[in-house]
Amino acid sequence: MATAYENLPMEDDEFDESQVDFTDIEEQYQVRLDEGLDAFVVVDGLPVVPEDSKGKLVKFILRKLNTVGRVKDDGVHMPVGEDGKTEGYAFVEYNAPSEAIAAAKQLHLTALDKKHTMLVNKLTDIDRYGREGRIEEEYTPPQIEPFQQNEHLRSWLGDPEGRDQMVMFRGEKVGVFWNNKEDAPEPVVDRENWTESFVQWSPQGTFLCSIHAQGVQLWGGKQWNRQKRFAHPGVNLVDFSPGENYFTTWSHRPLQVDENHPVPTLSLEEDGKNYIIWDIATGKPLRSFATLDVPTSTDAEGNPVKKKMQWPTFKWSADDKYVARMTQGQSISVYELPRMNLLDKTSVKIEGVMDFEWAPATPKRDGVKTYEQLFCYWTPELGSNPAKVGLMSIPSKEIVRTRNLFNVSDAKLHWQSEAAYVCVKVDRHSKSKKSMATNLEIFRVKEKGVPVEVVDSIKDTVINFAWEPKGNRFVLITTGEIPAQSAVPPKTAVSFFAPEKIKGGGVGNFRHIRTADKKNSNAIYWSPKGRFVVVATLQSQQSFDLDFWDLSFEKPKDDAEKGEKELHANLQLMATADHYGVSDIEWDPSGRYVATVASAFRHHMENGYHLYDFKGTLLREEAIDRFKQLIWRPRPATLLSKEEQAEIRKNLRNYSKAFDEQDTAKKNTADKAVIESRRRLLEEWNAWRESMRLMLEEEGAEIELNDGKVLRDVDGEVEEIEEIVEEIIEESEEVIS
Amino acid sequence: MRPILLSGHERALTQVKYNPDGDIIFSVSKDHVVCAWYSHNGERLGTYHGHQGALWTVDVDPTSTLLATGGADNTMRLWEVKTGRLLKTWDFPTSIKRVEFSADGRQLLGVTERRSGHTGSIVVYEINPDVDAPQSDEHVLRIICEDSKATVAGFSYLAQYIIAGHEDGSVSQYDAKSGELLYNTQVHEADMQITDLQWAPDRTYFITASKDKSAKILAADSLEVFKTYQTDTPLNSAAITPVKDYVILGGGQAAMDVTTTSARQGKFEARFWHKIFAEEIGRVRGHFGPLNYVAVHPQGTGYCSGGEDGYVRVHHFDKPYFDFMYEVEREQAQAKAQASL
Repeated sequence: MATAYENLPMEDDEFDESQVDFTDIEEQYQVRLDEGLDAFVVVDGLPVVPEDSKGKLVKFILRKLNTVGRVKDDGVHMPVGEDGKTEGYAFVEYNAPSEAIAAAKQLHLTALDKKHTMLVNKLTDIDRYGREGRIEEEYTPPQIEPFQQNEHLRSWLGDPEGRDQMVMFRGEKVGVFWNNKEDAPEPVVDRENWTESFVQWSPQGTFLCSIHAQGVQLWGGKQWNRQKRFAHPGVNLVDFSPGENYFTTWSHRPLQVDENHPVPTLSLEEDGKNYIIWDIATGKPLRSFATLDVPTSTDAEGNPVKKKMQWPTFKWSADDKYVARMTQGQSISVYELPRMNLLDKTSVKIEGVMDFEWAPATPKRDGVKTYEQLFCYWTPELGSNPAKVGLMSIPSKEIVRTRNLFNVSDAKLHWQSEAAYVCVKVDRHSKSKKSMATNLEIFRVKEKGVPVEVVDSIKDTVINFAWEPKGNRFVLITTGEIPAQSAVPPKTAVSFFAPEKIKGGGVGNFRHIRTADKKNSNAIYWSPKGRFVVVATLQSQQSFDLDFWDLSFEKPKDDAEKGEKELHANLQLMATADHYGVSDIEWDPSGRYVATVASAFRHHMENGYHLYDFKGTLLREEAIDRFKQLIWRPRPATLLSKEEQAEIRKNLRNYSKAFDEQDTAKKNTADKAVIESRRRLLEEWNAWRESMRLMLEEEGAEIELNDGKVLRDVDGEVEEIEEIVEEIIEESEEVIS
Repeated sequence: MRPILLSGHERALTQVKYNPDGDIIFSVSKDHVVCAWYSHNGERLGTYHGHQGALWTVDVDPTSTLLATGGADNTMRLWEVKTGRLLKTWDFPTSIKRVEFSADGRQLLGVTERRSGHTGSIVVYEINPDVDAPQSDEHVLRIICEDSKATVAGFSYLAQYIIAGHEDGSVSQYDAKSGELLYNTQVHEADMQITDLQWAPDRTYFITASKDKSAKILAADSLEVFKTYQTDTPLNSAAITPVKDYVILGGGQAAMDVTTTSARQGKFEARFWHKIFAEEIGRVRGHFGPLNYVAVHPQGTGYCSGGEDGYVRVHHFDKPYFDFMYEVEREQAQAKAQASL
């Protein structure tokens, strides 16, 4: 019988949907309808009062409730029990759900009087969490994880040879290496795709920071495990506080946090924000901020000038106590850590403020005993008021020093690393605005009354300036007027300055030591320990020179010229080098080595790095395809006291002898290994050649054994060709009469 | 010594060759002309006219009497070195990319290009060393390269094998009598063309250069890779130096890939590596285009390079070149000297 459609067995109709238990699925896919209850809060913990006093109580709590929003007219519903008394709670309806959220956030747990504390919760929350079964009735104490010993985060400092580490980012690989001078760096860890855009060390070297689309991760310890993870979707930049307690992340895209886009650790409060300030120890955000609109200025033709974003936007004080952000032209907001509250609940109004910088170390002013941090700021000319540079003390917000300036086009603030000086580089235009000149206004912060010294106006524009770290000398680079439409950048001049020697060992006036002109240099890199400086040409198409200078060169005594003794400096060019395509220069934290990098972030020509010692001797060069970053691992400040450091300096000769021995011993063993391997290679090769020779002999390969030359009968008869070349060396004609 | 610049060609050089005595250099270029030069002073000895297209390859027989050339005019030609007389023309459907004489000069091979319906092949002819005798029209052997076309080829010691380098980076070993494929091995990176294959003087091993930026030394009998020289630029040529254990590598970014005019970025340098230790020893600059071929003087006293820039640069080695020794080499040299005393 053919199976016709009609004959097919009927579907089993006895299936009954109602028998299936869907509750688990319903629960899982429960849709939170906009119940219109989002604007409601439940206020609990109120006093129980008789009905007559209810109006009074409502009025009383309304005063509190209205501080965060508007309660709807007749929006307070306070049920009255059978005994004619209120029940101690009330339902309150606000005008908007956002106000209800604010009320729950801010008013929860506010004290009404000694006995009563107000509990404010969203009605929807009570419905969600308070429903039966949602929360277990019985209290179970939280499981406390047994203590686990974590890895020491600073183990790398215990290297017996005192070497430094560096991170290298090449291609897709990120690796941390020990610096081995001329030998190949010794890998510590090497991972594919460790970061998505770049890597960065925390300022004391404890953490390596990797950047991902989802946020930032910190790595460290001997095993390079992940220490912390911070979710900030689309993060672009990261900035650590100097003490590694906090850091800022920034994304150009405002954050999107809502119930459809939940982000771990972030709450609704972070929605629409660009900056997040994090506590590194807890991994929690402290506070978030949106990007401020920079007032768009217009240039001479009325076109809007695109302003570069200032980074870091949130600047940290030296001791991690404060972080501040400037609202350009208006004010500076100083926040106290760790609460991140605005200091004195108000920003510091500074009309016209253009820029500010914190002192990089806790300042020690003469005669000031109370705790303070300083920042320096400047304001341009406003109407008939002159331009100003000021120093402000925090937390007192007292202005320590101001100085008026005229004809200011621009100013840059340069702190010395110990906050002993701040140099304000003032670019001034002449009255006709045709020519430019630069003034250096140096504030001597540590001296009484903060005297200001003006270094003679410099005719050319100063394009770069740098203080000696922990010292009192500085280097600057000037350039002439840039000729319009010229392909060749103008020549630059490098000038060195040092203070005069004065009696009593103080710091005298700053004087010019020497200028090296007709250079192309544009970048200054001081050794982190001072004294040595590399002046380089970066981002140039034509020149890539590096000059290694010593500012305290010890000349043989009889060579010392007169007059040199007046200055705290003795300048000497130790070496010059050339690194094609150099884009970055990095001193190692000990000031012993300099790495120069040709980064694939900038261009794709001969990417790789060079390693020099402090005196400019090339130790190692390596070309690596798509080499992107080389950064030395920073070291925390030394724990040795000044006296102990001086002791070491005194005995340097003894130490260096031991180190030299170590170096030669190491070199000898390394050389031996290399020589051994070469000997082996040579022996293997010779053995193989011999076997080939024997094989050819056996086969009777005459031509081959004669190195490819065919033996001919004529070979014996060498024809000698003599070539006589006559050269007329001199020719003179004489007329003989 | 200062290099001698041979500027007789109007277009890019494709191959340069020393004769076995090392006194003459033959050069071919895309300008259709074969040139012969005195190697010691760079004087031009003569030219060989007749080709109708770019020339790809040249070789001279071991007695310096016959010269073979091949080019884009789909012909392989045989010339008398002394007079410049054209002795024989073989016609093919496609161009000739490489010619090479066997060690005894009795055989000549040509590598033909693959194009529109014609597979790449290696053809072998018997050569009569007498210049006045007629040369055979018929090849004695034809090897068809079906998988990947051969780009370079040559005879091993005693003309026992024909070794070919392929477009896909592999090297093949054929029986030179029967044409049978004995062995094929992927030596260089896949699909990275082998650009050159040059023999050691006794033809027991050879060096290959490839677009994969490396050169390798292989044994002719086992095709075992002995040494690898990894550089940072695509290589066009590699040569083994007699006397000293070096190899010379030449290359540079291909002309079509050079986007900037900077000679520096193109890496147009001849690179000297130690043959046994596989360490780079030095570089010689000078060309302003990629090096298409490097050839070494058979007595090891100099080398010359032909560049995309249209010049041949002839270098004579100075004393330091011969004096340079690694420590272990010096040890061995001393041991040898002592033993012979």
